[in-house]
Amino acid sequence: MTLQPRRAGPPPAPHPRSRTRTGALPEPLLGLLGLVLLAGVLEVLPRTGVVSADYLPPFSEIADALVGVAGEESFWQALLDTAEGWGYGLAIAVGVGTGLGLLIGSVEVLRRATASTIEFLRPIPSVALVPLAVLVYGTGLESTLLLVVYAAVWPVLLQMLAGVRDVDPVARDTAASYRFTRWARLRHVTWPTALPYLMTGVRLSASVALILAISSQLIIGSPGIGKEIALAQSSNAVEEMYALVIVTGALGVCVNVAARALERRVLAWHTSVRTEAVT
Amino acid sequence: MTSTDVKSAVRADSGLLDVRGVQKTYYGSGRTVEAVRDLTFSVGTGELACIVGPSGAGKTTLLKCIAGLLPPTGGEVRLGGARVQGPPPGMAVVFQEYGRSLFPWMTVADNIALPLKQKRTPKPRRAALVAEALESVGLRDVPHAYPWQLSGGMQQRVAIARAIAYEPDVLLMDEPFAAVDAQTRAELEDLTRSLWRNLGMTVLFVTHDIDEAVYLGQRVLVLSGSPTVVMEDVAVDLPAEREQLSTRALPRFAELRAHVYEQVQRAKTFHTAPAAGASA
Amino acid sequence: MNVLKAGARAFLHLFGLPAALLALWWFFAARSDSFYYPTLNEILSAFGETWFSSRIVDDVLPSLWRLAVGYLGAVVLGVTLGVLLGSHRQLRALLEPVLEFFRAIPPPVLIPVLMLFSGIGDSMKITVIIVGSVWPVMLNTVEGVRAIDDVLADTARCYGITGAARLRRLVLPAASPQIVAGMRQALSISIILMVISEMFASSSGLGFAIVQFQRSFAIPEMWSGILLLGLLGFALSLLFGLLESRVLHWHRGLRQSQKGEK
Repeated sequence: MTLQPRRAGPPPAPHPRSRTRTGALPEPLLGLLGLVLLAGVLEVLPRTGVVSADYLPPFSEIADALVGVAGEESFWQALLDTAEGWGYGLAIAVGVGTGLGLLIGSVEVLRRATASTIEFLRPIPSVALVPLAVLVYGTGLESTLLLVVYAAVWPVLLQMLAGVRDVDPVARDTAASYRFTRWARLRHVTWPTALPYLMTGVRLSASVALILAISSQLIIGSPGIGKEIALAQSSNAVEEMYALVIVTGALGVCVNVAARALERRVLAWHTSVRTEAVT
Repeated sequence: MTSTDVKSAVRADSGLLDVRGVQKTYYGSGRTVEAVRDLTFSVGTGELACIVGPSGAGKTTLLKCIAGLLPPTGGEVRLGGARVQGPPPGMAVVFQEYGRSLFPWMTVADNIALPLKQKRTPKPRRAALVAEALESVGLRDVPHAYPWQLSGGMQQRVAIARAIAYEPDVLLMDEPFAAVDAQTRAELEDLTRSLWRNLGMTVLFVTHDIDEAVYLGQRVLVLSGSPTVVMEDVAVDLPAEREQLSTRALPRFAELRAHVYEQVQRAKTFHTAPAAGASA
Repeated sequence: MNVLKAGARAFLHLFGLPAALLALWWFFAARSDSFYYPTLNEILSAFGETWFSSRIVDDVLPSLWRLAVGYLGAVVLGVTLGVLLGSHRQLRALLEPVLEFFRAIPPPVLIPVLMLFSGIGDSMKITVIIVGSVWPVMLNTVEGVRAIDDVLADTARCYGITGAARLRRLVLPAASPQIVAGMRQALSISIILMVISEMFASSSGLGFAIVQFQRSFAIPEMWSGILLLGLLGFALSLLFGLLESRVLHWHRGLRQSQKGEK
């Protein structure tokens, strides 16, 4: 019984959901149990030989490797590099996407003229630019930034366009009739409407940016966790590789949680919870 | 029109609805709410009974128990002598929220045909039933439209068409006209009565509107506030031919309405014991 | 006259900016002597020579094959798991943190891991695509299944629509808007993973070819590969749009009618 009440209906207050009365665990505990079970499975599979320990070391050994890795300074440097590539890339993408979105969204001619170009450029897989990045920027941070920015700018831009389009015509007319300046209109009418969309765009971009940052390190070899994984793989340090993969997962969780928290914080005043604009 | 062949397939008591001591308590996290305390009544085959009660009286809960959508905590519901343990095959339900009870990805005709397909009704018979049902609710022209292309009243007609095409022994209607405008509502009330008289099925009609209950029903069951019991079973001795203006102008109509109204008023304060579910 | 005018304007809107951008490229590439930015002429002639050759069979088709199998695998797996998780609350609660974690792993890091298991062949690449693209489909399906209207679900039960019929007539159509949204996200992830897995470890495929060109400084050919990938992404996105409008035409109509009512 998982049906969620979507609208307040006329029926009585108690929720007509038949509770499971089996004395089941509360949900957070159940989730914890799930994690423990996963660790257990990862421990048992290689130990019993179902999966070769050469491919999948027992979880305890991965955990050991994780502790070992965490003791090395190079790991923290790699983590910092990854955070840098992600952070700068995301910041640039959000800046560019917001600016362009506001500009294109508010000027009808621009919106029409750019539509076909955006439709064409957006689906180009950013990794297609990998060889170009290598040629032009080598294996430095700039390569990572090129890929991250290209990939992360689209969600922000598209959400922003949808947000600006969503401005209530009545509000716009009201602002015009009170002779708001262009700036005041932007500040008090367009921006508040577009903000929820922007936050959705930022949340999507944040995880895309992380994926691209780590991918470019993995393929191009610019410094960061991705490069460390490639190194561990080529030197057949399997436990270490798994440990680093877990680190990237943890990073991903942090990014997702932080992005959602930010979204909630910024939109606390906003009555409606936005669904993602279908673009 | 179809009443004869519908009826012939039906056993004499298959439309007999028996509600015995039904009780329903919700167990939420940390609190329990007794929605329905002890309900006993029965509706005979081919009868049209209305249920009224103050809002929050557990009408919807009761209806869900009868429809087999919710297991009662105590007591039982019997349809044609057999205990209801899940939605029984001989029963159709029309919900208040017409917009949410029609499948938006299917055309009107497909919406009506789907339950029949599920019943493995042969295809030619299915097509005939769909066409007949649409005809009898006055929607002959829209079989290929989607529900969301229709007005609210028309959507509810589609829901009714789906229910009667199913050829149920018992038709349950849960405040079906609460969300349509007054004009449409009157039309749909008359439609309900004429369908009932033509098809001869048992109809249990839940409403919070006293006028509607008296106008439609052969009997009106008045429920108390939550936790719910039956307060009174009023027989409606109006002539079988009913008409929006003349019937409602009858002195007897006014008397019955006043009587039921008093009962409903009394129902609101019926329980002096602290009600567990007063949070609504 | 007005029709003509409107047509001309639409044409200008559609092709004006792309033409201007191409002209800019033409202009700057012709004037600069940078080795990295060949002229459009060179890129286009390289495009013809490079891709209308045995490379179609050696590189393009294998890539498309991996993409198709991996993507479809991810969709089938994602919808199946999503329906399961969406309809069992306890199961969902048990697996939520685990799934949250797996979803957060950037999919390309799975390439070295899966290479351990299945080398660098097609099966590795297909597995990478599946494992990386399954999440958006699955999570969106879960949301879609959870959001099924309870009145609609009750209606289906009343009319005996249960089991397989319920899945086919109620659950999948009701969740289809979310499923399709997840499929769209999965499509771009699939393309990325196809390219990356070929770049990282392969002896054939688009990603492999492009990296080869770059390493051998065959610059116009490299650009033609980037162009081909761009066209591929664009074509698939177009194709997906067609599928979407077919599958979800009811949803668009429903939403418009709801908007109209407000």
